[in-house]
Formats: sequence, C-alpha cells, structure tokens
Amino acid sequence: MSIVLYIVAYAAIVVFFGAVLLRVVFWTKMPAHVRWELYPVAHEGKKASYGGSYLEEPEWWTKQRHVSLWAEAKAMFIEIVFLAALWEHNRKMWFRSFPFHFGLYLIISATGVMVFASLLALVWPAAIASWFGGLLQVVTIVLGFAGMVLSLFGAAGLIHRRLTDEDLRDFTSASDIFNLLFFVGAFGLAFITWIAIDHDFSLVSYFVYNLVSFKMAAIPVHGTGAALFGLTIISLSALLAYIPMTHMSHFVGKYFAYHSIRWNDAPNLKNGKEEEEIEGLLTLPVSWSAEHIGGDGKKSWAQVATEEVKK
Amino acid sequence: MKRPPSVKTIAKGVEPLAEVLWEDQEPLPPPFDKADTEPGFKRLTEKAGQTLVVLDDTIALNIPVPESKEQEEKLVNGFISGLRKSISAEDNWTFLQPFMLSLEHCAKCQTCSDSCHIYLESGRNPLYRPTYRSEILRRIYLKYIKGKSRWHHGDIDLNWKTVTRLIELSYRCNICRRCAQTCPIGCDNALMAREIRKIASQEMGIAPKELHENGSVLQLKVGSSTGMNSLVVKDNVDFIDEDTSEITGIEVHTPFDKKGAEILLVHNAGEIMAWPENVGSFSLIFQQAGLDWCMSSEAPAYDGINYGVFYDDVQFARTAVRHAKVAAELGVKKIVIAECGHANKALTVIADRLLTGDINVPRENAIVLLRDIVCSGKLKLDPSRNDFPVTLHDPCNMVRLMGIVKPQRDILEAILPPGRFREMEPHGVHNFCCGGGSGFAIMSGHNFADWRHHVSGRRKFRQILEAFKDEPMDPEHPKYVCAPCSNCKGQIRDIFAYYGATKKAGLHYGGLVELIVNAMVDVKPGYINFEDEM
Ligand code: SF4
Ligand code: SF4
Ligand code: SF4
Repeated sequence: MSIVLYIVAYAAIVVFFGAVLLRVVFWTKMPAHVRWELYPVAHEGKKASYGGSYLEEPEWWTKQRHVSLWAEAKAMFIEIVFLAALWEHNRKMWFRSFPFHFGLYLIISATGVMVFASLLALVWPAAIASWFGGLLQVVTIVLGFAGMVLSLFGAAGLIHRRLTDEDLRDFTSASDIFNLLFFVGAFGLAFITWIAIDHDFSLVSYFVYNLVSFKMAAIPVHGTGAALFGLTIISLSALLAYIPMTHMSHFVGKYFAYHSIRWNDAPNLKNGKEEEEIEGLLTLPVSWSAEHIGGDGKKSWAQVATEEVKK
Repeated sequence: MKRPPSVKTIAKGVEPLAEVLWEDQEPLPPPFDKADTEPGFKRLTEKAGQTLVVLDDTIALNIPVPESKEQEEKLVNGFISGLRKSISAEDNWTFLQPFMLSLEHCAKCQTCSDSCHIYLESGRNPLYRPTYRSEILRRIYLKYIKGKSRWHHGDIDLNWKTVTRLIELSYRCNICRRCAQTCPIGCDNALMAREIRKIASQEMGIAPKELHENGSVLQLKVGSSTGMNSLVVKDNVDFIDEDTSEITGIEVHTPFDKKGAEILLVHNAGEIMAWPENVGSFSLIFQQAGLDWCMSSEAPAYDGINYGVFYDDVQFARTAVRHAKVAAELGVKKIVIAECGHANKALTVIADRLLTGDINVPRENAIVLLRDIVCSGKLKLDPSRNDFPVTLHDPCNMVRLMGIVKPQRDILEAILPPGRFREMEPHGVHNFCCGGGSGFAIMSGHNFADWRHHVSGRRKFRQILEAFKDEPMDPEHPKYVCAPCSNCKGQIRDIFAYYGATKKAGLHYGGLVELIVNAMVDVKPGYINFEDEM
C-alpha cells in the first residue's frame, strides 16, 4: 500500500514543478513589450518612498541609473509574506486571505524542515539523533500545526466571503469555490490525521524521509490509521498537482507582473542591448485589418509605422 | 439606481444597463452640496437611444444598432478575430505579456474597485467596476478562444450586444491605472480597457471620432489634431509672442526650426489655441534663462499629442516615429515635452522601445528642466506675487506613470509664499484622475461631456473643493488649481464651467509656467489676472 502513496507523491511533485516550470518558461519566452511601468517602482531606492523615478533627473540619460535590488527584494518579501497591497486596500479580505496564504507558507516551511532533517539523517545521522534532531521535530510540529490551522481558517473565511459578499458573488465561478473546498478538504483531513494518529509528525516525517532517500519503506501504521494517512497523502498530492493547473498559479504570474511590467523601467538607450531586440520585433508582420492599418500579414511593424498615410 | 444585475447582463436586452442618479451619488462638499447646486444631467435623445448601441446614460462611440443578421455576425466575428490577434506575439508583441498576465490572473477580489473614481462617484454602480469589463473579456477569451468550460470561469453569451457594449464600456475608463496600483496580483484593468479599445480600432475600425478621424488621423495628415498646419502654427505663435511681450513688458521671441539647437520644445498644440499664455510663458522663461532652444514647424512636431496612446498601437507608433524623426533631422540634443501628461508619457516611456538608431533622441519632461531653471537662480523671483491659495493636480500620465513627482513641488515651493500651497488628498502617485483621461477631455458627443463632469470628473472636483475647504468659497478670494497638463486643464476648465465654480466659488485653474512667470520680478505685475477669467 505504502508504495502507492510514494508513487502518488512523486507524481504530484513532478507535476507541480513541471507545471510551474512550464509557466515560468511561458512568461519568460514572451517577446519584450513596450514600457508600462507603474510608480512607485521599488528599486528606485529613496525616490521610491514617494513614487519618484530617474526621469526626475535633468538629462537622465547621461546619469548612472541606480537600481536597488535590495529594495526590490524587500518590497517583494513584504508583499509576498504579508500581502501588503491587500492589507492597505482591502482589509476585510486580508483578514481571510492573509491567514490562508501565511498558513501555506508555514506548511511549506514545515515541509522544508522535514526535507532538511531527512537529508541530514542521510549524511549525518548523529546530528539527527542529538538534541538538534529534537529541535527540528518541534519546529516541524509548530509550523505544521499553525500552518494547517491558519490555512483552514483562511480558506473557510474566503469561501464564506465569496458566497455572502454581493461584490464578489457575481464574479465567483464554481471552480473558485471548488478550489477553496479542495484546500479545506485536504488540510482538514491532514488535521484529523494529525489529531488521530500523528501529533508528533513522526509518520509524515518518516514518509518525507523515505521520499527524499528513495527508500520507500512501509509506513508503520495499520487499519483505520493507515486509511486515514493514505487518504491524507493522496489528497495533499492531488492538491499539489492541481494548484499550477488553475489560476492559483498566480504566484508565478505575480512575479512577472511586478518584475517585467510594474517595475520594468529600463530605458532603451542608444546602442544599448534593448535596441537589437526591438529592431527584431519591428520586423514582425502585422495583420490587423482595420482600414487605416490594412495589415496583410506581410507588412512589418516598421513599415506600417513609417508608411505614408493617405492625405 | 439602475444597476446591471450581473456580468452576464451585458448580453441581454437593448435598454441601458445602468443609470447614474444624483440620489445615488455622494454629495459634493459645499458650496455644491445641494441638489439645486448641481446642474442637471442632460439625457440621451430618444433617437440616439433607438438607433445607436446604448450601454448607460451616454454614448461615446456611435455604433449603429445592426440591422441584419450579417451585420450582427460581422461585429461578433470582428471582435473574436481581433481578440485572437491581441494574444498573438506578432500582432501584439507591444503588450502581449502585460495583457496575458491580466487576462489570466485576476483573483476577483474586487480590491481594485474602491480605487476607481468612476466606480465610486457613480454611487458604486457595478457596471463601472474596473473588473466588470475585464471579466467579460476574460470570459469571452476563456470560453470562445480557449474552449474552457463555464464551470471554470463563469459563463458569458457572445452576441453583438456583448461585443458592442463591451467596446462602449471600454470608454468609461480613464486608463489612469489607479486600480492597477492596488491589485495584489498585479493585474491591470486599465490595460484591459485599452486592449478592448485596440481590438475595436485596429480590427473593427471602431473608435471615437474625436480620437480617430479628428484626432490621430488628422494629426498624421496635417500635423495637428487642432487642424493647424505649419504656417498657422507659426502665425499663432507670433501673435502669442506679441501678446506676451505686451503683457509682461519683456520682448519675447519664439525661435523655430533652429538646426542643431540644444532643445526642441514640443507643446500640445491645444495650448496654442486654448491657453496661449502657457506657450508664451514657456517662451519667456526659456528665453530669460538663456537656453538654446526652438520649436518645430515641421508636421507633426508642433503638436506633441499622440492619441494613439489611448486606443491604437499603430496610430501611436506612427505619430511617435514622426515626432522623433523631426527632432533627429533638426539635430537637437534633446526633446523637451511641455505641460501635457500623455504627450510626455507617450514619447518618453511608451515609445521608448519603438525608437531605435538615429531617431532615439533623448526626451525630457519640461518640469524637470523648469525646476533646474527656477532653483538655479537664473530668474529673479518674488513669491509674494503669487499670494493666493494654490493646489496641485498630479496628471496621472506624468506622475503615476512616469514617476515625476517632486520637481513640480520644488518649483511651487520656490515660487509661492509660505503656507499658500495645499496638497490634494490623495496626491502624488496615488492621485485621482481628473476624469478627462484617455481622451475623454476632448470627447463631447451626445451628452458625453455631462457624463464626464457628473461621473468621471466628480472626484477631482471633490478633491479640489476639499483642498480649499479652509478658504472662503466666494469669487472675491481667488484660488488656483495648478494643472500642468493640457488634457487635465481642459477637463478642469469644463468642470468649472459646468458647475459655475469660478463665479460661485472663486476657483481658477492654469498651468505651472504661468505661476513661474507671475512670480518673475522682471515681469510687469499681474500676469495672472483673475478678473479676466470671471
Ligand atoms: S484586478 Fe486585482 S484587485 Fe481587481 S479583482 Fe482582480 S485580482 Fe483583485
Ligand atoms: S484605470 Fe482608472 S478609470 Fe479605469 S478602471 Fe482603473 S481606476 Fe477606474
Ligand atoms: S487627463 Fe490628466 S489626470 Fe486624467 S488620466 Fe490624463 S493625465 Fe491623468
């Protein structure tokens, strides 16, 4: 039986990372677009505090541009971890969405700790046998428990709000509700498993160890407990594989929305690296068919932009 | 209030989906807080309502109601064909990534709604939510292009009503991108509105007459959407020079077409017609600061507008390339763009990745240069000449979309007496649009101007009244709204006229350079003359 669980988990991990990777490739491979930045732009450093840009400098093209990656990382961190935009602009939603997301981060962290402990057990078993191993277990329990509770609370709150708030209802599709229910179901099951058979996270830690080490040993649990554990693993795996197939993959999109659009203010300087790419894009054919364009799929952007217009 | 019950309503019936009534709107601050202090909202004529596609209280586009099945199909097919092109890397490389991100990733949390002045001032009518039009487009895309089930995305019927009303609805957004600033995911409903406009214009040939025939087409034909050709522009600027010389007591001469000049100054030609004092002020300041500059009489470089930025990438590119070419041929070191928000954004930011090689001439915002002049001490200034309350409108295009926030404030600090400046709330990059953005300021078919004042411009008017709330609201106490953007100025002028705000409350508006000239010691006092405006 355990072997099935391992296969399901491996499959889910492959699907998840594969789909995320495909998504990243999809967004990365898009052609350069025209500039469409939106201030404040985080990497402007001091100017970012009031939304200023390098365009405030006289003859900006003669000056060295300061791009503070640290400021970008900080803004990104605050946004990702605390959902700052939601806190600022939609407090009601934040009280549901923040626990949901933060709970997920905690669950991911708990998993990370379990993976770390498994690796350590493989390369340095003595460390895991020492007090350090105990500490890692406590951290896993705290993170895992808090994560489950917060996420469950958040997801239930989000469902409630989606169904009761007039502003949201009309925009809510069946899949939006299903997605949240999926979280509630999978985490709910995990929570029950934790209470019933695994409050020190030892079973799940053992499962992770076997995944990491490819040992795939049988999980020491029987009867109803085994069924419960199996169901939990299957539902969590299914959830993991499902996330990137839906618009919940917005965590990938969000990165691009910030980095390649909102904060993408790189100027196209004469003889700079952008020019070459743009010149390529200007050779692409245009097929827009309104009369004033008359794109025939052969004329290029450069031709359409420079051709004589009818007087 | 009449509200569309749901997103799906767009496909149903032919009657208006929404109506904005005074009772639904939050009252304005005094002295415009009573129903009888607001002018009536002109309603659409019956004929317009029967022959043209109707969405709500007004009409921007004049799309005739189709008379046959073929015409209906043509509308639907045209839209779908345009939508396919808008997701193709060849036809829409310009905006593909931003568009797809917004198309695919909205979490439908409605955080953006409360940031939109149009939604708020309509009395929160769902039709004007930033997401209403985006959601319809998204559902069309998912159902009819991607073939996803409605379980996945929510349903929408695709028929001529959906398509034409959606296009009309794209002209109920100022594309000010305030909503995009608040989105936790980074979706951009302004961009979605603009993409709908692009599909309509670039594929179906549907665009407001003011922006297309009388706008970008005219500009490409004769050089300016004002219809002015090169000779007329030069003549008019000559007159402006004469007037400015007389009023200021300083002989002013605007140089044209100076080969190898350091600066090519580009105005929105609307200034020449409507606000000659703005053009005169620039000439005077540049001259007195000893700059090596000129204007161009070559079409279309005497008109910095580029309406394509509002609705059509091709018209946009055509205009931008021509602007840059003139500058390159003149051999100037830089193009300086005067007080016009969209002209600045268009040529400096959006066109940046279209201009390569010789025509990649550096562009600078005039306010940045003016700050240098004012703070360098090249002009002798006496702030006490500007002894009246001043508030500043931040044109979205220049501020939220270019990050030019501080220079205008540095200038005001130098030319106003202490305590005379008050910020609007919110301001800077978080400002509200004046309600004239994305072409609205020049659109006034049917009762569109009334809608623009009554709905889209109402928040700005509210902000202005609130900024001056501690001042006596009467004509004896002039108050100045500094709006360094032609479009915004046009909109503020119209709002003030609509509400009788100058006569009733002593509200005046103007640009930034006028305030600078008004503070110049060498200029005859009283350059800004509030009496003339009453
Ligand atoms: S655009 Fe952004 S803020 Fe608006 S509903 Fe979608 S996710 Fe929420
Ligand atoms: S761009 Fe501006 S006008 Fe348009 S929906 Fe967003 S906030 Fe409203
Ligand atoms: S008209 Fe002015 S305030 Fe409105 S969008 Fe344009 S620049 Fe912004």
